[in-house]
Order: sequence, then structure tokens, then C-alpha cells
Amino acid sequence: MSRYFTQDHEWVDVDGDVGTVGISEYAQSQLGDVVFVDVPEAGKTLSKGDEAAVVESVKAASDVYSPVSGTVIEGNAALTDDSSLVNSDAEAAGWFFKLTLSDPSELDSLMDEAAYAAFVEGL
Amino acid sequence: MSINQSGWRPTSPEANTGNVPASVTGNKALMLEEALIFEIGDSHTTGVDFDTFGSPANAGAQGTKDAARNPGFLLSQENKLGGLLRTAPIGLPGLSEPETVRHYTRLSRQNYGIDLGFFPLGSCTMKHNPRLNEKMARLPGFSDVHPLQPVDTVQGALEVIHQLAHWLVTLTGMTSVAMSPKAGAHGELCGILAIRAALEAKGEGARKIILVPESAHGTNPATAAFAGYSVEDIPATAEGRVDTAALKARLGPDVAGVMITNPNTCGLFERDMREISDAVHAAGGFVYCDGANFNAIVGRVRPGDLGIDAMHINLHKTFSTPHGGGGPGSGPVVFSEALTPYAPLPFVEKQGDQFVLIEEENADEHHAGSFGRMVAFHGQMGMFTRALTYILSHGADGLRQVSEDAVLNANYILRSLDDTLDAPFGPSGPCMHEALFSDSGLATGFSTIDIAKGLIDEGFHPMTMYFPLVVHGAMLVEPTETESKAALDQFIAALRSVAERAKAGDPSLKTAPHFAPRARLDETLAARKPVLVWKDPAPLAQAAE
Repeated sequence: MSRYFTQDHEWVDVDGDVGTVGISEYAQSQLGDVVFVDVPEAGKTLSKGDEAAVVESVKAASDVYSPVSGTVIEGNAALTDDSSLVNSDAEAAGWFFKLTLSDPSELDSLMDEAAYAAFVEGL
Repeated sequence: MSINQSGWRPTSPEANTGNVPASVTGNKALMLEEALIFEIGDSHTTGVDFDTFGSPANAGAQGTKDAARNPGFLLSQENKLGGLLRTAPIGLPGLSEPETVRHYTRLSRQNYGIDLGFFPLGSCTMKHNPRLNEKMARLPGFSDVHPLQPVDTVQGALEVIHQLAHWLVTLTGMTSVAMSPKAGAHGELCGILAIRAALEAKGEGARKIILVPESAHGTNPATAAFAGYSVEDIPATAEGRVDTAALKARLGPDVAGVMITNPNTCGLFERDMREISDAVHAAGGFVYCDGANFNAIVGRVRPGDLGIDAMHINLHKTFSTPHGGGGPGSGPVVFSEALTPYAPLPFVEKQGDQFVLIEEENADEHHAGSFGRMVAFHGQMGMFTRALTYILSHGADGLRQVSEDAVLNANYILRSLDDTLDAPFGPSGPCMHEALFSDSGLATGFSTIDIAKGLIDEGFHPMTMYFPLVVHGAMLVEPTETESKAALDQFIAALRSVAERAKAGDPSLKTAPHFAPRARLDETLAARKPVLVWKDPAPLAQAAE
């Protein structure tokens, strides 16, 4: 399994043709306390860069973009009850949705963990 | 001799030797606690007793007795509600008249307003509302008229609208004005709809982009999106102004127009405004200017001379009508010659010695292109009267002094505090109507919110926080011309003290406010678990005795 990052601070873990998407630790620290999350429903078709989810902190609401194209398998229902998971465990239990990748070659345009760390360093 | 049997002696304060216990009531002398109205009222108390109607829902216990005497009532012809008739009280709190008066009076004392103290919200122009305005607005000839009255019975009111319109057009150097929009953002929408109508009339309805600089008001992109446009950001320069080169580079056949706030939310005048307007016009677009900050330039700069096509004027800011809960607002929109044909109805025109209301029925070919209407009637009449009173009592020279003093006050605050707080655009030169600071230099873990909460303890309404977005931890302070030097000095001393505590990492500032009716609230918990409806903690058995 490998993890990729976007410049918009989403991460995607890829296992076979299934991707799990969330926002980065850096993104959650910038957002502050997350108070509401809207995740996509299963069956929704997303293109790379589409608005896939909404994350709302006390001060701001932001769109979460799909890092890759595919069909949503599952939204993380746990976030509906406890949006603070995004703050406490952004890159694991705070995942947003899982999808089946329709074009794995899109992953080539994303950053790996080291490249993303360097990208954040430069912000 | 006579003996003082009462035991009374005059008292003198003694040194406070220990912790003062909390009061039994929760009151702190004149700072009175007040419970929710649901907690102090009950369904059996009323301020005014009426004859019982006979339904248990309407009359509580008494109604139940009536229904008992007349068992057929619920099935009778008088009862047209069928199965929808309530069988139990709905639980609205009932209070006696003195309880009601005290409830709202106590709550009102926990409020803060411009009549209580300095209200430095940036880009909001919270200035004094002269009482002369109120006196004029309460004249029965203005306050007791109805918008559907025959126009020959409201000639005075129409003359007020006409005169105010003349002043607004003259002060802005524009061609016409739509008086009806009811607030700033409503005015923005009015302006953008006129731009859309003008583009459609030229067969250029395909232009779908509105450019909005980062230094613009937050409502600008919302307005453009609401009117069906896509919004594209234009960056700000390091000195806090629109990046003119970037804006020009983005112009093209898909751009409907730009929305620029001038002076902008960094408190700076957009010097390139004329150049920007010319470039936008050359590319076939229109220029909307957010006039919320007009107070900084009224009487000195005419937006019409800067090439602006439409601009709203917040009467509740620049022209001193009540603002912020005391409203309503009023946002007339002035138009250039190019947009005038598309302005919304109604208008007041003078024909001979009569003032006439131009509406759909009598709009001639001059208004054939009008995009429609923003409101059902004619606008905020009460605010028109107040604004015209303000304008006439100041005169053109007085209004010029308004902007001069407003700018002077803002610069006094900026230069008095830029040794303590970081002023990111301080080097850009004098500010306009508002001073902008950042949270740079505060102790680790301290942010603008802590300074704002500390200011509450000092008895001030906090400034605008975290806006504009181009400045980290922004604090935007607009003093307006109505604050005296003594008031400004007191605020400066308070803000300096709070800022120094934030720079030193004073932990007590993290829990401020300490003296407000409520201490620091848990904003995260409130947003995550909002309690929107009052629930009776222990519902009593309903009145079905």
C-alpha cells in the first residue's frame, strides 16, 4: 500500500484499485477544530479534482477535492458523529471516503510522503 | 441627650481581606443575571387575562373546565379545526407584565452598542447616530405614511427621496441612483444584476467571470456567485493593494466585470482605480465598487471620476443611520451613464412641481431596459429621512470634514500602536478610514482572539478579527470621525495593555473575558453540539386534570 498527497492537502492510500482519501495532518492543524464533515455517498462518481467532501471548522468551511477519479465505495460515517477524529487522527481514523480508482495512472501526478513534506516546508 | 437607637453608623470601605463570596442570586450588584424566558415563565401565567375561549389549548385549566361544562364543544360547529385542535398547551412561557419588562430590560443591559461606548469594527463604520435624525424620522408626516398611499398625499416623503437621491448622485459624480436596495449586499446584487442586464442587452451574456481582488469585502464574491457568475481571485500586492498587472492580464472576452472595494479592506486607497477601470472598459467589462468604505472619501473623491459603473452606499455607515441590530440597513446604488438604463424601478421624478413615483405602470421608454425590481415598495423610508437629515445638517463642507476626521483618527490609532502591534501595511503610507494590525509577535499559543477577548474586559467591543484574509490574525480597527481624542487615547491604552499581555504570554488572557456576563465560551463545542431548541429539563404533567 502506498500513500500519495495533493497540493490541496488531501492524501490517498492505494491498495489494489481501492483508494482511501483524507486530509493531511498539516491541513487539520491549519483548519483548527473541525466541527462538521460532509462525506460523499457510496455510488457517487468523482473525477480527479472534483469537490468530494466538505470540512468545516469553527472559522472556515473548505471543500475537499478528490485526488483521483473513481466511484465512491463508502463515506466515513464515524465523522458524522465525531468530526473531531479529523483533528485527532487526520491520516488514519479521520479518513473521509474510499473509492475504486478508474485511472491509476493519475497517481503519477501526486506527491509521495517526502515530496509533500518538502512542499509543506516551503509554505 | 438622645441616643441613636437604630445602631446606624456611616461606613467607610475597609481593606478587602479575602475572597468575596459569590452572591446567592448570581447578580453582581447592577450586573444582573437573567435566565432564559422559558425558565422563568410557565404556561399558567399571563400578562393579560382574556375571557376563556373554551378550548383547553387556548385557556389552560379554565378552558378545560369550560369544555367540561359543555362537552359538545370539541365536536361543535364552532370548532372548525377538526382533529387538529390542540388538546394540551403548547408550552409557551407566560410571564406577568413586570416580569416581561424586567426580562428584556435586563437582557438589554448585557448588550453593547454605539450609545454605550467605542465600537471599532473595521469596515463597518459604527459612527454616532445623531438624535436630530431620530427627531426628523419621527415626524408624523414621515413616520405614519404607507407605501400604498396616493402620491399626492405623500409629496413630502417623495421629496425627501428625491433630494437624497440628488445628494448621493452629486457626492459620487454618477448619473442615477436606485434608492430601493435594503442593505449593502442587497445593493451589490442590484449593481451586478444591472451589469448582467447591460451585457445581455449588448448580446454579451456569455461573459461569466467576475474578478474579485483579495482586498475586497467578503460579500463581493458571494454576490457574484449568487448572481450566477464564477468568481476568480486577483492577488494583492505586498503593499496591500490590487495587483493591477495581474488584473489586467486576466481581462478578456469572458470577464463580465470586477468588484473592487475602495478604499479596500486593508484600509488603503486603490490608487490605480482609474487605470483599472479604463482597462476593464476596454475589455468590454464593467466596474462594480463596494462603497462600504465611502466614509473615508466622502466629499473628497467622486467614484464617478474613477470610472466606476455601479456602487452601493451604506446609509447605515457613511450617513449615520442605525447600524448593527439597530437597523434596518439601506443600500442605494449609484450608476454610471452606461448602466443607468438598466437600473431597477422605482424612481422618484419631479414633473413640474409634483413628485411622481415611476413604477411599472408609468415607466416610459427611459426605463424600458430596467432589469426589474429589488423590493416590493420604495426602500427604507425611515433611513432616507435620517440620512437626508445627516447630510443637510452637515452640508457639503461638513461631509468633507467627516472623511478628513475619520482618516485622521484611523491614522492616529495606526501610528500610536505600530510600536506594539505589527502593522503590515504601515510602510505603505497613511491609511484611510481603518488601521490594520497582524498577530505577528504575540507569544506562542496566543492569537488575535485573545486580544479581542481581553478588550471585552476593558469594556470595548472587539475590532474586526481575522479579516482581511491576506493578513494573518488580522485586526481591523475603524474609529470613525465621531470618537474624541480622549476616547481614542483610552482605547489605545487598553489595546496596548492587552497586546503587551499577549506578547508576554499572560495566561489570564487565555481565559478572558473575566468581567463579562459570560466567561470565554467553548466555540468548538457550541459548533459541534449546537443546542438550538430549549428543552424542558423536567416536563410537568400537562393540564389534563
